[in-house]
Amino acid sequence: MIQQNLVKVGMADLNIAIEGAVLKTTGLGSCVGLTLFDERSKVAGMAHVMLPSSSIARETSINLAKYADTAIPDLIERMKKAGAVTDRLIAKLAGGAQMFAFATQSEAMRIGPRNVEACKKELTRYSIPILSEDTGGNYGRTIEFSSLSGLLVIRSVQFGVKEI
Amino acid sequence: MNNPLDKLEAFKLDVLKEVGNIGAGNAATALSCLLDKPVDMKVPTVSLIPFEQIADKVGGFEQVVVAIFLRVEGDAPGNMFFLIHEDSAKKLLKNLLSIEVQDDASYSEMEFSALSEIGNILAGSYLSSLADFTRLSMSPTVPAIAVDMAGAILSYGLMQYGEMGDSALLIDTKFMEDRESLEGHFFLIPDPDSFDKIFSALGVPTE
Repeated sequence: MIQQNLVKVGMADLNIAIEGAVLKTTGLGSCVGLTLFDERSKVAGMAHVMLPSSSIARETSINLAKYADTAIPDLIERMKKAGAVTDRLIAKLAGGAQMFAFATQSEAMRIGPRNVEACKKELTRYSIPILSEDTGGNYGRTIEFSSLSGLLVIRSVQFGVKEI
Repeated sequence: MNNPLDKLEAFKLDVLKEVGNIGAGNAATALSCLLDKPVDMKVPTVSLIPFEQIADKVGGFEQVVVAIFLRVEGDAPGNMFFLIHEDSAKKLLKNLLSIEVQDDASYSEMEFSALSEIGNILAGSYLSSLADFTRLSMSPTVPAIAVDMAGAILSYGLMQYGEMGDSALLIDTKFMEDRESLEGHFFLIPDPDSFDKIFSALGVPTE
């Protein structure tokens, strides 16, 4: 792929891309890389969601990008300002792995699957369809999302490159 | 509630450095016994690290590392990682075991098991010396091993911090076998609520 304008999305961070720019986030473990795309206006958005719900937040000023239930509304808002229309948005998901397997599974250790569930629930609230996903498993992922094609490229150590 | 760790005084950071020193010192000794070679360690660093930079010490988010993770349970819970680069892991196996080590990036069941056990021994000696020192009960869970991107692995240890801010307090000790042919890190990330317990166990006044 030709190296286009790359927009980096950090951990517990979100951003949008237009005009063919590519969104990238690295090292997704139990975090979820959620992408939204409006094909017509070519506006793409990505959030690196770390925790399922902001209801557990103990911080004074909440980082909206960190929680599934706050990141998605915020991302939609940002994309709308760039010209996207909510009704046209489609979603793709990657990540939400369970990096380590333990005999005793506490809820806290199941954070990956819980993040995925929370993202899906929030997307349902906005009636945004999930076109494809590569979630779960026990491995890390790096993802790139093109605002030109809406293609999500997923790289992992074990399985190489995959496009969804 | 603000992150109470934002304002840790220099003195308290020094106490945590000593915690790392004692723990990792014992673990380095254990490793040295296993290898029958001298193992050096650096002075631990204790800092509040933004999530974004957590993997910088081991080569960045996408750097592939071998990680042994265990959860610390008891009075002062937390997360512990023993991290080594892949080439170091292979060297460790060659040094230690009389088994044929595959040179490619894959690991056999036996190699995984051996690495887990090494991690278990080292983490055990880290924690038991810490428990002796603080008189707190600290016990490790069964270790879990993963070979993957450092970012994906370490983010797992940050969840307890996620709900109160965007940075975590990390006690990092780097160690290396002489001539630096083998190097690794111990990361101890106590849960946010564990600090008061550690401080009061050591007689450091907490308000």
